[in-house]
Amino acid sequence: MALKMVKGSIDRMFDKNLQDLVRGIRNHKEDEAKYISQCIDEIKQELKQDNIAVKANAVCKLTYLQMLGYDISWAAFNIIEVMSASKFTFKRIGYLAASQSFHEGTDVIMLTTNQIRKDLSSPSQYDTGVALTGLSCFVTPDLARDLANDIMTLMSHTKPYIRKKAVLIMYKVFLKYPESLRPAFPRLKEKLEDPDPGVQSAAVNVICELARRNPKNYLSLAPLFFKLMTSSTNNWVLIKIIKLFGALTPLEPRLGKKLIEPLTNLIHSTSAMSLLYECVNTVIAVLISLSSGMPNHSASIQLCVQKLRILIEDSDQNLKYLGLLAMSKILKTHPKSVQSHKDLILQCLDDKDESIRLRALDLLYGMVSKKNLMEIVKKLMTHVDKAEGTTYRDELLTKIIDICSQSNYQYITNFEWYISILVELTRLEGTRHGHLIAAQMLDVAIRVKAIRKFAVSQMSALLDSAHLLASSTQRNGICEVLYAAAWICGEFSEHLQEPHHTLEAMLRPRVTTLPGHIQAVYVQNVVKLYASILQQKEQAGEAEGAQAVTQLMVDRLPQFVQSADLEVQERASCILQLVKHIQKLQAKDVPVAEEVSALFAGELNPVAPKAQKKVPVPEGLDLDAWINEPLSDSESEDERPRAVFHEEEQRRPKHRPSEADEEELARRREARKQEQANNPFYIKSSPSPQKRYQDTPGVEHIPVVQIDLSVPLKVPGLPMSDQYVKLEEERRHRQKLEKDKRRKKRKEKEKKGKRRHSSLPTESDEDIAPAQQVDIVTEEMPENALPSDEDDKDPNDPYRALDIDLDKPLADSEKLPIQKHRNTETSKSPEKDVPMVEKKSKKPKKKEKKHKEKERDKEKKKEKEKKAEDLDFWLSTTPPPAPAPAPAPVPSTGELSVNTVTTPKDECEDAKTEAQGEEDDAEGQDQDKKSPKPKKKKHRKEKEERTKGKKKSKKQPPGSEEAAGEPVQNGAPEEEQLPPESSYSLLAENSYVKMTCDIRGSLQEDSQVTVAIVLENRSSSILKGMELSVLDSLNARMARPQGSSVHDGVPVPFQLPPGVSNEAQYVFTIQSIVMAQKLKGTLSFIAKNDEGATHEKLDFRLHFSCSSYLITTPCYSDAFAKLLESGDLSMSSIKVDGIRMSFQNLLAKICFHHHFSVVERVDSCASMYSRSIQGHHVCLLVKKGENSVSVDGKCSDSTLLSNLLEEMKATLAKC
Amino acid sequence: MIQAILVFNNHGKPRLVRFYQRFVKEIQQQIVRETFHLVLKRDDNICNFLEGGSLIGGSDYKLIYRHYATLYFVFCVDSSESELGILDLIQVFVETLDKCFENVCELDLIFHMDKVHYILQEVVMGGMVLETNMNEIVAQIEAQNRLEKSEGGLSAAPARAVSAVKNINLPEIPRNINIGDLNIKVPNLSQFV
Repeated sequence: MALKMVKGSIDRMFDKNLQDLVRGIRNHKEDEAKYISQCIDEIKQELKQDNIAVKANAVCKLTYLQMLGYDISWAAFNIIEVMSASKFTFKRIGYLAASQSFHEGTDVIMLTTNQIRKDLSSPSQYDTGVALTGLSCFVTPDLARDLANDIMTLMSHTKPYIRKKAVLIMYKVFLKYPESLRPAFPRLKEKLEDPDPGVQSAAVNVICELARRNPKNYLSLAPLFFKLMTSSTNNWVLIKIIKLFGALTPLEPRLGKKLIEPLTNLIHSTSAMSLLYECVNTVIAVLISLSSGMPNHSASIQLCVQKLRILIEDSDQNLKYLGLLAMSKILKTHPKSVQSHKDLILQCLDDKDESIRLRALDLLYGMVSKKNLMEIVKKLMTHVDKAEGTTYRDELLTKIIDICSQSNYQYITNFEWYISILVELTRLEGTRHGHLIAAQMLDVAIRVKAIRKFAVSQMSALLDSAHLLASSTQRNGICEVLYAAAWICGEFSEHLQEPHHTLEAMLRPRVTTLPGHIQAVYVQNVVKLYASILQQKEQAGEAEGAQAVTQLMVDRLPQFVQSADLEVQERASCILQLVKHIQKLQAKDVPVAEEVSALFAGELNPVAPKAQKKVPVPEGLDLDAWINEPLSDSESEDERPRAVFHEEEQRRPKHRPSEADEEELARRREARKQEQANNPFYIKSSPSPQKRYQDTPGVEHIPVVQIDLSVPLKVPGLPMSDQYVKLEEERRHRQKLEKDKRRKKRKEKEKKGKRRHSSLPTESDEDIAPAQQVDIVTEEMPENALPSDEDDKDPNDPYRALDIDLDKPLADSEKLPIQKHRNTETSKSPEKDVPMVEKKSKKPKKKEKKHKEKERDKEKKKEKEKKAEDLDFWLSTTPPPAPAPAPAPVPSTGELSVNTVTTPKDECEDAKTEAQGEEDDAEGQDQDKKSPKPKKKKHRKEKEERTKGKKKSKKQPPGSEEAAGEPVQNGAPEEEQLPPESSYSLLAENSYVKMTCDIRGSLQEDSQVTVAIVLENRSSSILKGMELSVLDSLNARMARPQGSSVHDGVPVPFQLPPGVSNEAQYVFTIQSIVMAQKLKGTLSFIAKNDEGATHEKLDFRLHFSCSSYLITTPCYSDAFAKLLESGDLSMSSIKVDGIRMSFQNLLAKICFHHHFSVVERVDSCASMYSRSIQGHHVCLLVKKGENSVSVDGKCSDSTLLSNLLEEMKATLAKC
Repeated sequence: MIQAILVFNNHGKPRLVRFYQRFVKEIQQQIVRETFHLVLKRDDNICNFLEGGSLIGGSDYKLIYRHYATLYFVFCVDSSESELGILDLIQVFVETLDKCFENVCELDLIFHMDKVHYILQEVVMGGMVLETNMNEIVAQIEAQNRLEKSEGGLSAAPARAVSAVKNINLPEIPRNINIGDLNIKVPNLSQFV
């Protein structure tokens, strides 16, 4: 073994560390991959060694390789090994690697549960911290369930460092294990008022994330947040809260009214741009929610728009960007106030920054009107030409289409212009949005009847022009428009000027280079075209012409029959046969046109995308009911292989056909769905052209309106949309003139009448009459369509599970699963038992839940009413509550921030009672349920104590005397029952500084204890150069940095600004732990203030009690019994009289102060266990009489035991 | 929520890759590449926000980045984060690096990726902002470094990469948020009440 160790450390010298690896990779630029694979082989060797340092080094290197994109999942188990190392250095490496590479699919992750739990309860805050950080990245539903309770406990840890991490990670736990939200929420809420700003900020953070997804559940927190908003000075917190309010106001307009004033004040007063921006954003949200009422609205809008203009005009591009972003929000409800800044926004279109241009585009979307649409689109078209980079150009393209098509083409007055724009857009090379243009063309052609003729002429030109076909494979995007062009030409072929020409264009050999789905449409529409040509020719009596067309079809169609695309091939071969048949008929001089065109008779109506879904289920039709008797379970679950064995076949040959069991049915159904999904003839919800030929009459009644012929129908070649702009201007001018004339006439008539306002010369939107009285056919919906839109919600949304009512009182069944080691009845060791207990406790839960659901529903209603009343009350008080009193008289002033603000007692109380007041009613109602009240009180106490100076409290919390008779499980009594005491005891204090300390043993290092000393600066000076010198005794030595002598002081690693406290930790090595002992020490420091610096000292005595050498260790009753039976323990006992405290609290006190855990508890008698850092077992039997307590102890060292009992006596005597 | 934090140099070599949402490693590399190309195209004097690359998130997400000398620091965040706040957070992170490495340069990040991760862990946890007070962050990191030292460290690693590359040279960037830090020089941002 020793040899192995030596060998290990020698090997170690030749290992590469991370730096060597990086250097190596940099030196092998040519054959990097080879070098790395070599390194990975080395790492694999290193991982096989026993030395944990070697492993950790290897894992560290793997983390680096992971970043470079190498797979390290194979090392998951080694990572866990390193995570479980005792040294922090290694542990940290392990957790880092895990956080980078583990995920829910990592199967070994379930092995980590116990390790993480151990680390979470580690005495070293950094072990805990590292575990929390790691867990936050790879928490799974299982881990969340198993560890939720442990993490919840950490939310009340003494160290703010741990508290804030525990609070933050709760969000991840909620996401993975939504059941934990309700039990944990009260504590989370408490943390909103945590004295540490970091913890507070974390709690705000978590609640904001939660509320963002399900805002309505958090409305009741509004008063609390409002208070925070008016009192907090931390901008990070303020921003989060203000953002949260932005999410809440849409649900409660009255909240918005209340917010406007403080927010406006903030806007005026703050100099922090980020805060200003968020305030503006929330004010906008408020204004949106308050769409009516409130006369002074316009002032707020003006303020916002004004501030945003300042942002947009700023030279800082970031502010400009955000200004535009916020502007677009105002636009939705108050377009008028934004439209006045059109100049500014058009100017932004020329900005060199693409992000800003995109934002400006967004704004333009909302600013268009009938009047300026053409102008804006014209400007955008020039940008399209200039644009570099396809993404921006694509964005422009989609924006143009969005702008034009918004709200059912509301702003388009001339659809010919729009079609020309679309055709112009097809000249864009390399765009991805060909299908968008195509969809628009189809949509317009189908829905605007008046435009069809023009559309068809443009589309046939498109089909004819070569530019789309050329090298279509490279510019695959844009050829999508041919899909639309072909379809339109086919469907509305009666409008074609030269159908024969178009037909030839569609049958060109080049067409076969197009994508399959487009070819398929070509083939289909070629026939439509053919049908209409036949009709024309036959009517004109040109039999030869008709035959020539047929011949053309027969000649050209085979090129499609050879297509590799199934759809094309199938359609083409069908049609080819059809045409050949027609040819035969034609040869016999049979008129065929009528029958051929009957193939495509009927007109197409647009169908709303959701129409199919909304067909109501007819009355009396139950879709879930069985049509036939359901097959029995035994048959359907028959999973035997269905191989064709003769015997089986013979046994029940007749049943076969009817035996389509459930699985089979499901499979078929699935297959059918698949088939339908792939079948273009099924109507899908996509906007692609839906083929639905309606034979029903009733199309005739749709009025087709005459086209205003003042606009020329045919623009030679590809039309330039600009021409339309000119024409449009002229047209409008004419209209105006006419109107003016009319007006004048009227005026003359009314000259003696009263003046009319309508005669003002401004031209409003309504005055512009569209060029064509366009009839936009509305989309069809089935009769009695259901109006619901609920199907839009995504059922897989992970946040949906967190939509939980948080104001209901907690039910017993909802408690977090606490890791139970054993049942009191059965005394077995845990390994086999744990899963069983969990299973047992889980099942009844569900039943219970169902039982309680009804009850709860009733309560829910009541609760909701209550809640509403409370909120109403808060919202109805018109004057906003006076901001909380100015923060504590902290000894110093100035802009220095304070790490730990000690809240003065009364303010804290005030705050609490205020918060409590709102809930009192609700709680009063269900006192018999587990109300959170006692906890709250305790918490309040805790706060008081802290402010009193962290002295040990001797008072006992009221209302926790329940459950005295119940047996208690292993481990410390439930965390919630813990008396509110701080484990920190006063060490020394003077006018400058207060020292409190806590001594903890560590199991990992034999005979070492960690002393955590909290130093609090009570003066107005900065304390620096602090040094701690402790006089070592023979028995106890302080661990000093290497190279320093016994007499040197150990520096305190921080400085203390006024009012700040911080913690330093020191390790002491103890030889013998059987006796308590004291060490003398001195803290020296320099106090520096404006007047100068002074050198100060503070003496203290470190008291190492025997209890501080004990470590809370759980023990199972079977092991405990064995220990007692073994007989090598010495015994001693004490008795204390005059105790009035409940047994429960008594045990809690012993657990807390003397680091014991309860093994078993029956009535007023309990056995307890603990272990010293040097491995002494200590067993206690605690019995409670009327007014007395007796403690019998057994321990492997009698001196230790008697000393311990003495200490315990002192503690108990205080009770 | 912060979706991802990426640090890469002017040539797109990753120096720190931290995803808070699961992606398979191929996608991760692709995201890094794509983000790099998106960011590289941008001049230094245009805005620091980019609307989502196609890979991370949808329209709800933004890339917020800063460019220091040879390094890009890119945060991908959703709409629950304040844009200007994140810009400041990046600055806090970089200043913290500067403190912990004493005049940080790219080489420090190259050779001490693990340490950079440890520093980041004190700033952002699981995608949420953990601490913004630089002194607090530095104090915690130093405490952990001491703890590591007391354990003898991982190995006798070379103390620091010898700086041959130019320092990042932290520019004085005007703060948008008044973080209330002790040592960060905030150009007279008065507190509001």
